Amino acid sequence: MSRQLETLTVEAVFARWPFVQQQLADNGLGEIADRPGARLAEFLDTDQLDDLDGFIDVMEDFLGANEEKVSEVTITGGRAKDGSPEPVAELTVKVGEVICIVGPTGSGKSRLLADIEWVARGDTPTGRHVTINGQVPDDKWRFSAEYKLVAQLSQNMNFVMDLSVEEFLNLHAESRLATDPEQKIQRIWNWANELAGEPFALDTPVTSLSGGQSRALMIADTAVLSSSPVVLIDEIENAGIDRQQALDILIREEKIVLMATHDPILALMGDRRVIINNGAMQKVIEPSEKEKANLIELRALDEKLMGLRHRLRMGERLDEI
Amino acid sequence: MRFVTVSGPPSSGKTAVILKTLEHLQKAGQKVGVVKFDCLFTDDDELYRKNGIAVRKGLAGALCPDHYFVSNVEECVQWGLQEGLDVLVSESAGLCNRCSPHIREVLAICVIDNLSGTGTPKKIGPMLKAADVVVITKGDIVSQAEREVFASRVHMVNTKARILHVNGITGQGSFELSTLWTGAEETATVEGKKLRFSMPAALCSYCLGETRIGSDYQMGNVRKMDLDLPTGFKTDGGPQELGPMDTGGES
Repeated sequence: MSRQLETLTVEAVFARWPFVQQQLADNGLGEIADRPGARLAEFLDTDQLDDLDGFIDVMEDFLGANEEKVSEVTITGGRAKDGSPEPVAELTVKVGEVICIVGPTGSGKSRLLADIEWVARGDTPTGRHVTINGQVPDDKWRFSAEYKLVAQLSQNMNFVMDLSVEEFLNLHAESRLATDPEQKIQRIWNWANELAGEPFALDTPVTSLSGGQSRALMIADTAVLSSSPVVLIDEIENAGIDRQQALDILIREEKIVLMATHDPILALMGDRRVIINNGAMQKVIEPSEKEKANLIELRALDEKLMGLRHRLRMGERLDEI
Repeated sequence: MRFVTVSGPPSSGKTAVILKTLEHLQKAGQKVGVVKFDCLFTDDDELYRKNGIAVRKGLAGALCPDHYFVSNVEECVQWGLQEGLDVLVSESAGLCNRCSPHIREVLAICVIDNLSGTGTPKKIGPMLKAADVVVITKGDIVSQAEREVFASRVHMVNTKARILHVNGITGQGSFELSTLWTGAEETATVEGKKLRFSMPAALCSYCLGETRIGSDYQMGNVRKMDLDLPTGFKTDGGPQELGPMDTGGES
């Protein structure tokens, strides 16, 4: 046992690790607090002390989480499905960047994202290596509850808890031990409302939000409250949400955004795009000036389609478009 | 042989996780097997067999499933060794929440799903608390926030376990889990090893607090599986009446 908890008094332990008091109370051992002068070993057996020691380890890690900020992630190429070396030998993605990932089904997009999530060390089928801030990362990125490198947002996700928006955000903030939760909840709610266009109240149950509102809340919540420095987005449907602003929010909260998409507008919104095929990164391209100009035209087309959708919804005919 | 015990509430995705994880080991040329424990009925053995996995099943019937498990686990390990398996997995379903099939010095996995509600990690107790690795499933259909809240609840119950997210449908995360299985300790026998948690009371020696494994320690209502049924023999897999009858095995 690293801390020799058995030799310390209750008072000393509480003074040094204040969160222990709550942990003991949660485990039905709250009465220990009534005898501050007693040694902890009088109440807890070796296994319990060991558990508590582990809990303190984790909490110390957790509370120190902000000290080492992830500013970039580097993927070193491995091998393709046929065993040939990966054409892109190295890819570094930095905080504030949006990287699009494109490629046919089965081309290896999921494996690339899984390699990042698992912080591969040449020990996955692709042989890739992933480093964080140029260093071979700690095991904690693989196995702990709070250090997950990648947060995910996908079209299939739903809220399943029967809570209001406010209760829901509170619960999340609590589990993240967030500082200043009220301010964070306000910020999430404001942003989600801006993204969704159709406002919702803090006391709306999360399960009755519309598709666009849910997506907006998920994005704003992930941006503000998720500990993961990388956000993986699996398409953002072009309905009921301002996609450019969604990306802006994630960037502003210093996330690295990886986006698997086949939507031309989303793909051109990225800073770079990675082409995946045959299980390997084939090349990395930046949008050209021409593509950027086309983005304007694509947006106009998109708006036109949205307009037609709206007219359909209103019961109109589409004889004239 | 590496032996892994897998537990988890019903429908949490144990079988899917095991199938996906073993697939990686099979690809690497390893011989793998599963012993499936259940209460009244299971046809998961068919699924395993279809995937080229050696399998035995044991149905506890009217016996307490936890006691049934511990009364048979050594014989299962010996069966796995005879079969020349590299990895043997025991899958326990139908355990009560008071219980845990996890054995000291044997890699213990608990599978629990995001849809089961944030109260569940506290409710299921020993099988989660005593696990080395907690696998969280169904993360693809709930929000990131709910995943984080759920993982933190798991973490509060078991501060030491490694927590992995595995998708039982796409297999995402199963490769990573498989590396932990191949890294497990070798097990030649579980005779004399101890359960991590004593079992709840029923009607045999284990009801009296026995935690040691092996026939020498078993008294009272103990029922042995028949692991040696002839090839092609098929049982109906139905529940058995209370009594010292053989059940469940097929090949």
